[in-house]
Amino acid sequence: MDAKGSVAAAFDSGPLGFVPTQVGDRLWAMQMNTEDALREYLRLFVRIPLVGRIGPLARTFDFVADAAPGVKEILAVGKLCYEVRERHYDLVVVDAEASGHIVAQIAAPTVIRQLVQVGLVHDQTDWMLDILDDARCTGLVVVTTPEEMPVVETLDLVARVRRETRVDVAGVIANRVLPALFSERDLEVLAKLQAPAAREALVAIAGRDATTVLDAAALNEARRQVGAGHLERLRRSLDPAIPLLAVPELFTRATGRRVVTLMADAIHDEVA
Amino acid sequence: MVRVRSRRGDEPPGLDALLASKEMLVVCGSGGTGKTTVSASLGAIAAVRLGARVLVLTVDPARRLATSLGLDPTGMGGQAVRIDPAMLDTAAPPGSPLGEAVGGTRTGHGELWVAMLDTKAGWDELIHRHAADADLRDRVLANPLYQNITGRFVHSHDYLAMEQLLDVHASGRYDLVIIDTPPSRNALDLLDAPGRMKEFFGSRLLRWLTVPYRSRLFTVASKPFYQVADRVLGSRFLQDIAEFFVLFQSMEAGFVARADEVERLLVDPRTAFVVVSTLEAAPAYEARFLAQELQRRSMNLGAVVLNRTLPAALRRPGAATAARRLRAAADDPAQLGALAAAAGADVAAVRGVVTEVSERFHDVAVVASREAERRSELEALGVLTVVAPTLAHDVADLAGLVELGGHLLAAR
Repeated sequence: MDAKGSVAAAFDSGPLGFVPTQVGDRLWAMQMNTEDALREYLRLFVRIPLVGRIGPLARTFDFVADAAPGVKEILAVGKLCYEVRERHYDLVVVDAEASGHIVAQIAAPTVIRQLVQVGLVHDQTDWMLDILDDARCTGLVVVTTPEEMPVVETLDLVARVRRETRVDVAGVIANRVLPALFSERDLEVLAKLQAPAAREALVAIAGRDATTVLDAAALNEARRQVGAGHLERLRRSLDPAIPLLAVPELFTRATGRRVVTLMADAIHDEVA
Repeated sequence: MVRVRSRRGDEPPGLDALLASKEMLVVCGSGGTGKTTVSASLGAIAAVRLGARVLVLTVDPARRLATSLGLDPTGMGGQAVRIDPAMLDTAAPPGSPLGEAVGGTRTGHGELWVAMLDTKAGWDELIHRHAADADLRDRVLANPLYQNITGRFVHSHDYLAMEQLLDVHASGRYDLVIIDTPPSRNALDLLDAPGRMKEFFGSRLLRWLTVPYRSRLFTVASKPFYQVADRVLGSRFLQDIAEFFVLFQSMEAGFVARADEVERLLVDPRTAFVVVSTLEAAPAYEARFLAQELQRRSMNLGAVVLNRTLPAALRRPGAATAARRLRAAADDPAQLGALAAAAGADVAAVRGVVTEVSERFHDVAVVASREAERRSELEALGVLTVVAPTLAHDVADLAGLVELGGHLLAAR
């Protein structure tokens, strides 16, 4: 659903559309598009016989969607819930919008229910809410990084989701966590190696750029410690009932499917 | 405000020149690239070095940064707050990179102000401005749809950010206004916002929706639309929408005129855009796209700031060689002994650390070479490119902003 997302690149597939593309064994991917969702909705539920007749409606749809609260959101969420209800898949994974927009999206059925008192849409919010509010069926996973703003946003988001919706927060994944390479004692040694005499010895052994190598390690370690502090704050502030997984930074040249495999392994290890 | 010429005739003007010659800077780019920090840092440079009165208008500052600047991030409500001049002087004393006045002595007249964008208040203000009378105004403000819509309406964050920029600039209170733009779903939302606003008010849909209220007569053209809409949304909701739109339509002229002004502001020669990015794949891609689009639209792209970059030294062939030699030295008792002695540390411990440091070097070098590729792609845009290094700590106070500012000024 995220227009900036790159699910197609992750699976090394061609461009994705509203019609699902098979990208692997028992794995399909699609790109949400509200206009196509509207067409499908009208065809399935309103039973509009002639596609041509929705022409003017489709053209002006963008304006309604921009103006009327929740229209775009309800179509997207409606499509997802529809796929779940029809049991087309065992699992539907949604690469949702950025955290600033996600609550508007999952709260859309509730908002629409309040604003639209009667009519087809009002009635349909019932079954959507049944799916979204059932923790056995729907879970929200928040992905973050061990940095200041992402951690603040994650905590805000979890609080908002719980306040404004009944959707279950199934977990938080901290991505790109730098691995701890050094023990306390190692860090003392690393500090000693930074002293002028030791730097000279390093240069004598390995050349002028020996200090570059050392400084890179020190910079990485400093960044790791800053990140670890943010991760710790997240761990302390997050409801202990919500699982928090840490996925390491992948230092790799790989892109696309290979990264997906590495990431899947990392998440699998963390879950296990 | 001091005017600055570029240092040499053939060299593109630097950051000082940009800050001195523009009155509005629109800072944009992906979320998570340090946009707010860079905005505030540019503000500090302009205030201290150029003696300018500067306002940094931000959407959602990092709390720690806001608090350390003496701001209450939850309660600013659009009010501008001045950064304590004594704090600014202490953080950037004369003689420091930032404290060095451009073109002469420090005047000490620079002021750094910070304000936070308040979307809800911004909308209410627009209604106050454009509503013909108090009755209309109150009806809009009380409308349940309005209350619900203000957070999402026509990409309202983007539009309001530009609206407020126009307002603050027109007030004449500041030499330079820097706006830290809200994170968008799409990089172009910000640029398209005024156009969308106009399009919305001029749309046939708005006329269709308001027809029953005006004449109680369905036109032939609107009939099929109503039949479908009625079945899907229910007539009650349609009436609510229609009433809301009727109220809004009465303000059309004012809104459209204003959106025109905002649109002109985007291409005004006194306005420049600053694109902030890290050198990671997604933000760099978006930055390039945004920069190209700005150029295509003849908007003034003042600078590209590449934030949190790894040191260039990591890519030197000598560095990889040094890492290999260090790895070998870890297994060489004589070299290891000499190193341990120089460091005053235990041999076994030094061996472990040197092994780890040398073996892991490759990881960072890979990232650095990726960064270099993306950097040259962005530099090929032919705009002033300013590089700020990855810092070993977060930028969380004025001292940090000043430090970052020093890096921005030094980089070329």
